[in-house]
Amino acid sequence: MSDVVIETSGLRKLFDGHPAVDGLDLTVPPGSIFGFLGRNGAGKTTTIRLLLGFLRSGGGQVRVFGEPVVGPAGGARTRRRIGFVSENKDLYPYMTVRQIIRFTRPFFPGWRADLERRYLEIFNLPPDRKISALSKGMRTSLMLLLAISHRAELLVLDEPTEGLDPAVTEIVLRELVALSASEGTTIFFSSHQLAEVEQIADRVAIIERGRAVVGGVLDDLRARYQRLRIVFQREPAPVSWPEGAESVRQDGRTVSILASRNVEAIVQRARSLSGASVERFPVGLKEIFLEHVRSK
Amino acid sequence: MTFFRLNPSSGVPLYLQLMEQVRHAVETGALRAGDQLPTIRALAQELVMNSNTVVRAYRELEHEGVVELRHGLGAFISKPVEERAKLMRKAQVIAQSAVERLRALGATEEEIRRLFERELSAMQAEQLEGRQQ
Repeated sequence: MSDVVIETSGLRKLFDGHPAVDGLDLTVPPGSIFGFLGRNGAGKTTTIRLLLGFLRSGGGQVRVFGEPVVGPAGGARTRRRIGFVSENKDLYPYMTVRQIIRFTRPFFPGWRADLERRYLEIFNLPPDRKISALSKGMRTSLMLLLAISHRAELLVLDEPTEGLDPAVTEIVLRELVALSASEGTTIFFSSHQLAEVEQIADRVAIIERGRAVVGGVLDDLRARYQRLRIVFQREPAPVSWPEGAESVRQDGRTVSILASRNVEAIVQRARSLSGASVERFPVGLKEIFLEHVRSK
Repeated sequence: MTFFRLNPSSGVPLYLQLMEQVRHAVETGALRAGDQLPTIRALAQELVMNSNTVVRAYRELEHEGVVELRHGLGAFISKPVEERAKLMRKAQVIAQSAVERLRALGATEEEIRRLFERELSAMQAEQLEGRQQ
């Protein structure tokens, strides 16, 4: 197995002259659950379509399992190793649940009938109902069933829990974690639900205007980012803080800093100023996200 | 079955939270030398968390000598850590009496927490300065 499942470098895509993806660098190692975050219109779905070869890039590189996703070299062979749940959860509306499963099965030699049965039951899907008559949550569950049962080595999920009720969401998250733990499946998913990303992802990237602005191992980001509250004895003269001190706000004798790195250096700088006391607070993904995508 | 409870949105790295809870379970005697921790897969599924994060926590705990990873068998609480746990139980008594005396003075819970934090920060700062000189 290659040591990288998804790799993009300097990836670009223009729509009508406007960059939707603008020099994107991503690295997704095997076995990781990778949370792909960004505001609406930041370029998430375009990136996903580039990863799957549904769109041709306008520059840069994209490789999945070490192969290009378009053209004769990669293409279909690579795509067979990928399970995909699309943003709109679109499937042939005139087919029933049973029919779409029967239709999909022959394309994949490694089809897992045991997983198919398991997920029909877990997701409580009615086999004889037409897809057009399914709720969005049920269509999502069905797409997940198809993606998982064909034994994909990589799942690419565009907002997989959107429109699901909390009970089904919990089931989906649990199953994704189980797949990753037991089969080593790599999972790349976009989401607006920061809480679920925080729960199951080991890596994240935040994309803004087509570019990755933050990325890495989530626990390392949690360690790197801290909120500092510094209280001075009297109102201080302007301080020049070390790099990594973001959004410094002063209110009288109190200074609040969001440190994105160099926390120790910033704390030491504060302590070197007479009479300052420093408190440190952990920072959740939501605060990190808002700091980097705030409209500037 | 497990008594671990993690808070993914607190901003504290999850592997550190898990390590802390294992250490705590040893200190209180809920886990003893030779006890087996859940397998990586079982714990990941039960807590609905990433198995790579569980691996990281177990590896770090092994590095600290809290657990032994026996290949193919799983993670077991190590013997020496029990001694540490005994020390912690003694320390617990000291901490308890300090907190009670601060309480008697009229300090609130939040103030007591801040006092401890400040002492520890000051100690850390002194150590850093000592290292630089």
